[in-house]
Amino acid sequence: MTGLSIENLSMRFELPNGGAVQALQDVSLNLKEGELLSVLGPSGCGKTTLLNIVAGFLAPTEGKLIMNGHEVHGPDAERGMVFQQGALFEWMSVRENVAFGPSMKGMPKAEKAEIVDHLLDVVGLQDFKEKAIYELSGGMQQRVALARCLANDPDVILMDEPLGALDALTREKMQSLVLKLWKETGKTIILITHSVEEALLLGERLIVMAPRPGRIHTEYRLPFAELGVGADLREVKKHPDFGPKREEILSMIWDMEEEIMGRTEDAA
Amino acid sequence: MIPLLIYIAIFVAAFFIVTKVVQKAVPQDYTSLKTVTFGDESAVRPNRAAGIISILTIFLMWGIFTGSSLLPGFLHAPGPFEGTATFTYTAEANGQTDDAEVTVIVHPREVDTDTPEVDPGDGFAKNDGAKVAQWRTGLINVDRNDDITKSDGAQVVAINGEPIAPGQTVYVDGGSVTLSDKGTPNFEPTRGWQMEPLYLPAPEEVWTRSLSIASEGFRNFTLIEHLGYSLFRVIVGFLLGALVGIPLGYAMGLSNWFRGWFDPIVEFMRPVPPLALIPLVIIWAGIGETGKIILLFLAALWIMAIAARSGVSGVNISKVHAAYSLGASKWQIMRHVIIPNSLPEIFTGARVAMGVCWGTVVAAELVAAEQGAGMMIMTASKFQNTDIVIMGIILIGVIGFGIDMLMRWAERVLVPWKGKG
Repeated sequence: MTGLSIENLSMRFELPNGGAVQALQDVSLNLKEGELLSVLGPSGCGKTTLLNIVAGFLAPTEGKLIMNGHEVHGPDAERGMVFQQGALFEWMSVRENVAFGPSMKGMPKAEKAEIVDHLLDVVGLQDFKEKAIYELSGGMQQRVALARCLANDPDVILMDEPLGALDALTREKMQSLVLKLWKETGKTIILITHSVEEALLLGERLIVMAPRPGRIHTEYRLPFAELGVGADLREVKKHPDFGPKREEILSMIWDMEEEIMGRTEDAA
Repeated sequence: MIPLLIYIAIFVAAFFIVTKVVQKAVPQDYTSLKTVTFGDESAVRPNRAAGIISILTIFLMWGIFTGSSLLPGFLHAPGPFEGTATFTYTAEANGQTDDAEVTVIVHPREVDTDTPEVDPGDGFAKNDGAKVAQWRTGLINVDRNDDITKSDGAQVVAINGEPIAPGQTVYVDGGSVTLSDKGTPNFEPTRGWQMEPLYLPAPEEVWTRSLSIASEGFRNFTLIEHLGYSLFRVIVGFLLGALVGIPLGYAMGLSNWFRGWFDPIVEFMRPVPPLALIPLVIIWAGIGETGKIILLFLAALWIMAIAARSGVSGVNISKVHAAYSLGASKWQIMRHVIIPNSLPEIFTGARVAMGVCWGTVVAAELVAAEQGAGMMIMTASKFQNTDIVIMGIILIGVIGFGIDMLMRWAERVLVPWKGKG
């Protein structure tokens, strides 16, 4: 059985002062192969914790994670990750960064070079192959991160706010690129974001998480990702359903934030 | 005080001449167009003219106050008195007084001279001759040849007609005369403003002495051997320290057990100045090469261990996570992520360690050594060879600076990604 299934996941952090934080409570989710899921939520709702558990960097206190029929116990090349920034190896050139995964597997040189060349073409960085990472702009660096992840041919790609640090224009171009890569490669993608628009554009499925304890609040199925493939994303935003959906989700998150604020004020 | 005032005067004058008169037309680069420079550290660049003038000023001051032959005579600070000084003293005995003249030859220390022959003259006080070296003082027993001596009750009551009592001073041409407690005139030639060569030799003397040491050697070893021994000790000690310290630091950064075991040791040893270990190392290993290398090994060890440890802990966890997600094994993460990521920190540590080692080796050689830069200046100082001491200090400074430059260059070439993560 292919795909990813998250079963009754709970995560509880013990604090040094004796208290505890329930970061996640009873989260269940099934992802079929090739699905594009975006995760939204106010800060502190446990979305990054969830991603770290799926990646295998954290072990949940309860529940389990099944990937392609086997239980996940740690990080693996089948689940690639794209970070917000600072995860590229600046002591390597662009080419060496993209070739990192294949190199670790000991792939023959010629095959590796072919993969790297192809992916650099896809992300449009063929001319920057031998450049150092710190010579590239933020947007280019994230394209290298995408290519590096794809070079390893993972089954699932986890993205932790990969476009969060980019300017609006670069961000829009990168959103188109993510959609294009999703369609071309057919990978399962989980994308965490703070931006409601981004979540709507890049989510075939969208879950909104609520904080304290972190849990899935609402789930949507959206048409915009399919519409956005190969199209102008600004046109997609003009879709009659787009605006109302955005307002609905925004006010939902607003309410959650207000509730937290209220609770904090009560406590104080 | 006067040298300081001259120095400040040169500083201020150079500032106004260079910035207000000469450097009107500065290149129109980006920084020069900044209007806010006070408080913007990046807009502060060392003024090249100031740097050159600063160095020249040091040599100029050195020359002025040592009477250097490299400078034209009118620039010299007034030198010490040299030549013949005369003064008269008035002796009083049994109610009668008599004047007599004292002729003092003031000669440079290195040129000896004869006491002048003088005509005794008349009266009971006879004329005297004496010699005094520059920067020294001389008691002149003026009554020694008199008809009535001190033991007969004679005493000096005036110099050049000015009354004087024991403890008082009268200024005369070429110096001053102070009457000692026992009533003997003590002549002190005018010192001028120049430094005595014993304390500060002129630059050209340091230079000629350097050339002769370079060709003839010092204490059975050539100059190159002295410096080479010091460098050799530093390099061997540092390499051993790095060889042990870097793996130790990695282990401390990667394993709870190693961190727990070595933290107390490293944290205790780090603030102990290596110089404080010299006595113990001498007791254990003597003053030979072994002792020096052990000392430098200990000086470099903790610095390198801490640098490697912080290099490991400084790795952005995203990089490690990314490498694991890309299928790297622990060993591959060590080899391809942790080690390259820690290199900038290790280079910074190496620069600090080399500097500390260089300082420590000189200090250790000052205490006890058969050869080396520190031994050279210590031995020279015992024989009052100030020129060798100054030459040694300059060479030690130049080598220390050279080591640092070399390390910075190596850092630029080997870890170009430093500070760009």
